Amino acid sequence: MKKRANSLLSTRLATGLAIPLTAAILYEAGARLGIFEARLLPPPSRIAATLWALAASGELWAHIAATMLRLAAGFGIGALAGIMLGALTGASQTASRLLDPTIQALRAIPSLAWVPLFILWLGIFEASKVALIAVGVFFPVYLGVMAAITNIDRKIIEVGRAFRLSPLALTRRVLLPAVLPDCVVALRSGLGLGFMFVVAAELMGASEGLGFLLLDGQQLGKPDQILAAIFAFAVAGKICDGALVAAFRPLLRWQDSFAQSLTRSAAAPLGPPPLPAH
Amino acid sequence: MLQLESLSKIFAPDIPAVTGVSLDVAPGEIVAIVGSSGCGKTTLLRLIAGLDAPTRGTVSLEGETIRAPHPAIGVVFQEPRLLPWLNVAQNVGFGLMDHAAAERYDRVDAALLRVGLAGYGARWPRELSGGQAQRVSILRALVTEPKVLLMDEPFSALDALTRASLHDHLLGLWEAQRPTLIVVTHDVEEAVALADRAVVMQPRPGRVFADIPLDLPRPRDRLSPAFTEAKRVILAALDGSLEAPNAREKAKYAGGAWW
Repeated sequence: MKKRANSLLSTRLATGLAIPLTAAILYEAGARLGIFEARLLPPPSRIAATLWALAASGELWAHIAATMLRLAAGFGIGALAGIMLGALTGASQTASRLLDPTIQALRAIPSLAWVPLFILWLGIFEASKVALIAVGVFFPVYLGVMAAITNIDRKIIEVGRAFRLSPLALTRRVLLPAVLPDCVVALRSGLGLGFMFVVAAELMGASEGLGFLLLDGQQLGKPDQILAAIFAFAVAGKICDGALVAAFRPLLRWQDSFAQSLTRSAAAPLGPPPLPAH
Repeated sequence: MLQLESLSKIFAPDIPAVTGVSLDVAPGEIVAIVGSSGCGKTTLLRLIAGLDAPTRGTVSLEGETIRAPHPAIGVVFQEPRLLPWLNVAQNVGFGLMDHAAAERYDRVDAALLRVGLAGYGARWPRELSGGQAQRVSILRALVTEPKVLLMDEPFSALDALTRASLHDHLLGLWEAQRPTLIVVTHDVEEAVALADRAVVMQPRPGRVFADIPLDLPRPRDRLSPAFTEAKRVILAALDGSLEAPNAREKAKYAGGAWW
């Protein structure tokens, strides 16, 4: 059983890697044969070497740490505010009428438009960067959480009423589990925007961070460093998203996708075989 | 035991959903509330459940006025309404959270066994068929041993074969616990298959039109002449033609007084 699951996983991994690996090989071959100009389009081997050199000198880790720290602070503040305000406007019609129009109006402003103001108010160092990331994370989380709460099936809430649950028990046993899947989706899209805005913030001026590596690579004409930083962003983004999903996985086991349930019932039916008819 | 006294529910001015319904239900009795859609039967059930408050009149259970959901009254909705994040056993035990875990497991297992779902406890609701899910939802309401079980068209979404088999399951569960059972339905056959008494409602305004005793022997043979006649009487009451002399005759045949 375990073995089968492992081989299934490795097959999936191989399938997922097929296209990027083929592209990398073709790219590498093209660069070596002189089809592309390798100076502007460095082949994977050059990017890997650059990445290795950055990692070996410890520089890469310092940049990653700086970026992740900003992201964590911005995401934490933005997500927390988004969850709290989203819960408030989702649960209370009065709060929604009072706050939502203003929040929606603010949402219409492109978040990058705040940058000059944040720099004037908060300076050019960390605070303005964290504020920008927090603004970027806030809106998708706010919208997602509010929608999750307003979309709770009233029929399921009524089950809680029929069993005379107290407001606290209703929240814990019905409302929270009901909104959790949509909230995780909201946090994931918030995290994605967080990555977008951490790059924006670092491009506007930073002395360390992966965004600084990008800018530095442009100014010094080192495309391999730019691509190495992009690669590092991709890996970091995937790891953060995966960690977020994994953190909530135990609570969302019931939601396993339709495809998974199909594979599982075909591979090994759970419990007794289904009865005929009903 | 369960008493409704001139119960009315008016949602908007001039739209009375239920008007002046008075009903007396004996302990352990099975009552079918039959009517076409829009006649207020679901509204009536919600008033009895304490999910909605009546505009006028009272519902009382053994002398106690019902104003909110009551521990002695269980409700089964039209859809199973299982909680998708709880497995089958946790759904059945939803109303038993204030009991010790061991007792909860015992009662849930015994309940699942009784309706042919032993071994299904660890499944998720999405893995169940419609009939299985509705059986789980009936168990969820019955496992707390309510004195009254209210059911709102519980089998209307199922095919005829599944429905008939669920009628048998339901009667088996009723036999074991003998709760008072009130089943709202628009299916005349279902009413005759289950009930000791059919309360026929008519719309605009929603009101009780006839109260027809069904004292056919159990288990009931759906193909017997008495069963067919009982269905005919209820159908006559539904379309308002019960006054016809022929229907009166048939009513006697089906079992006595019907006012």
